[in-house]
Amino acid sequence: MANDNKEVLLSVKNLEITFYNNKKRFRAVKNANFDIYKGETFALVGESGSGKTTIGRAIIRLNPTSDGEILFKGKKINGKISHEEERSIVRNIQMIFQDPAASLNERATIDYCVSEGLYNFHLYKDEAEREAKVDKALESVGLLPEHKSRYPHEFSGGQRQRIGIARAMIMEPEFIIADEPISALDVSIRAQVLNLMNKFKTERGLTYMFIAHDLSVVRYFSDRIAVIHKGRIVEIAPTDILFKYPLHPYTHSLLQAVPMPDPRIEKSKELVIYDESKRDLSGEKPILQEIRPGHFVFANDREMKEYEAKLQEWEKEEN
Amino acid sequence: MENKNIILSVKDLVVKFKVRDRVLTAIRNVSLDFEEGKVVAIVGESGSGKSVFTKTFTGMLEVNGKVTNGEIWFEGENLMTYKTDKEWLNIRGKKIATVFQDPMTSLNPVRTIGYQISEVIMKHQNKSKEEAKKEAIELMSRVGIYNAEQRYDEYPFMYSGGMRQRIVIAIALACHPKILVCDEPTTALDVTIQAQIIRLIKELAEEYGFTTIYITHDLGVVANVADNVAVMYAGQIIEYGTVEDIFYDPRHPYTWGLLSSLPQLGEKGSELFAIRGTPPSLFEEIKGDAFAPRSDYSLAIDFEEEPPMFKVSDTHFAKTWLLDPRAPKVDKPKQIQNLHEKILALTSKGGIYGER
Repeated sequence: MANDNKEVLLSVKNLEITFYNNKKRFRAVKNANFDIYKGETFALVGESGSGKTTIGRAIIRLNPTSDGEILFKGKKINGKISHEEERSIVRNIQMIFQDPAASLNERATIDYCVSEGLYNFHLYKDEAEREAKVDKALESVGLLPEHKSRYPHEFSGGQRQRIGIARAMIMEPEFIIADEPISALDVSIRAQVLNLMNKFKTERGLTYMFIAHDLSVVRYFSDRIAVIHKGRIVEIAPTDILFKYPLHPYTHSLLQAVPMPDPRIEKSKELVIYDESKRDLSGEKPILQEIRPGHFVFANDREMKEYEAKLQEWEKEEN
Repeated sequence: MENKNIILSVKDLVVKFKVRDRVLTAIRNVSLDFEEGKVVAIVGESGSGKSVFTKTFTGMLEVNGKVTNGEIWFEGENLMTYKTDKEWLNIRGKKIATVFQDPMTSLNPVRTIGYQISEVIMKHQNKSKEEAKKEAIELMSRVGIYNAEQRYDEYPFMYSGGMRQRIVIAIALACHPKILVCDEPTTALDVTIQAQIIRLIKELAEEYGFTTIYITHDLGVVANVADNVAVMYAGQIIEYGTVEDIFYDPRHPYTWGLLSSLPQLGEKGSELFAIRGTPPSLFEEIKGDAFAPRSDYSLAIDFEEEPPMFKVSDTHFAKTWLLDPRAPKVDKPKQIQNLHEKILALTSKGGIYGER
């Protein structure tokens, strides 16, 4: 997987996000580094409280960063930037939220919810053009123009999430941050929403950052995966590599915990619990290192040697 | 089926809700027997009636809901003859306990964890405060809380989501119930914690010997925990069988759809199978097979007449006209044929991601 010829759309460098509660300091994100290439789906996976949403929100400037840089198309977008730049980010980077019920204004019609971004940025010549845009956006997510006059509560969860997607898509963004877009939905509806997101990706060359905790969905949906644990990115790899050669013990325990829809497998499964305190953490401080092209793991030199030996053994098995 | 020990038996249950002057039929003629000591998983999407169904066992329906028909037999008594809360108290929490989805809302935020567990022990087992405390601490360490003695006086907000769910389980177990209903116990939790809670419930079931009823929409969890599975759709059980029947030999088109749409089976780059449309409104009377409008396999009769429960084997039943001898022979969709082999091929070893 050579990434040299791919265009970097978003780059996160040495990102630190710290929250303060009175005098207490909490480092929610610790020295995060990753690039997202144009046209790919990049997944950020971890358990709740790991800082995955915090990173997503920092990118769209909802959370302040305390150190490091976020670059969008080579331009710095965190910290102090001009008003015009901020507006352009708000327009080009859209977010799809987890809870479709909470992210829509209950007292506004769908027509308003979807065109809110258009109003803010005056992205229409006249009323007829705005209406045409809203109709097109609704149609593209499988809703009808007559739904426009209704209110969010009149829709089912899956339909509301489609409205959330329509609302993001109408801005014609280049980059979408999808924060657990399907975890609040029913199983039978999940596939519909995932297919819809994939359709937009191929039709419009969109780039996604997909924040999730469900690895089975991530395996199907994303091109590359970053695993985050307690604010620290512990492994980054292309999807198939991560599932084949998970190196970090935390990645391993995450993968292993995914319930499989197969009773014979599940009933014979043994549980691996990741316990940091039981690991050998001797040696110098670990950093994120590239062990194979495109495959990064958080390790120090001693652990790198162990991982290298493991990898070579696995690769030998494969051949 | 006769020689099995049935602990709870539901017959022809109908539950209706009154919502803004309209009547919603949440449960439409459901009959089901629960075998003692077995784990039964009830699967279905939200609104299919799986929670409402189990709430009737403990008389916990919301005030606008009513059982209009049917019987629920437990320990030789028909629970549907109960009128007052007093009668229910003997069952609810004591013999049939429930663990709910959200551990934050099922605990009292202004009471200590210890108080909430010992309260139940004192009330149901008539023990003194000291005895109750001792037993509560024992229960806490049993459900995996370290330093139980110190954490006894802490408040729910000081616990993580997984820990809180452990406490809720401890409270449910405090009166040694015969049946434990777990209503989406792990939906709000992370996968790694989910795996631990599932294992805990399994171990406790063996130790305390209770029957478990699991409500979930996650088929991965079902595969792990269940002995028997009931699939619910639009207020009815549309397929019932052993866990192997349901995963390896499903018969109802809805069960096919659920299994086919699993992302675990999705191949990258190709579209994921999606069940089209949405479930029917339960305000209106449903004619024929409720799933017919969304099914790729519906027959003309599906829109006319409700299918009966067909018997596939001694353990396996499905409510679809496809099993009628006159129906055309249809194979289950390609995606879910040879499910076991497919999953083995998708994973690195032994059907588990990243295992070697």
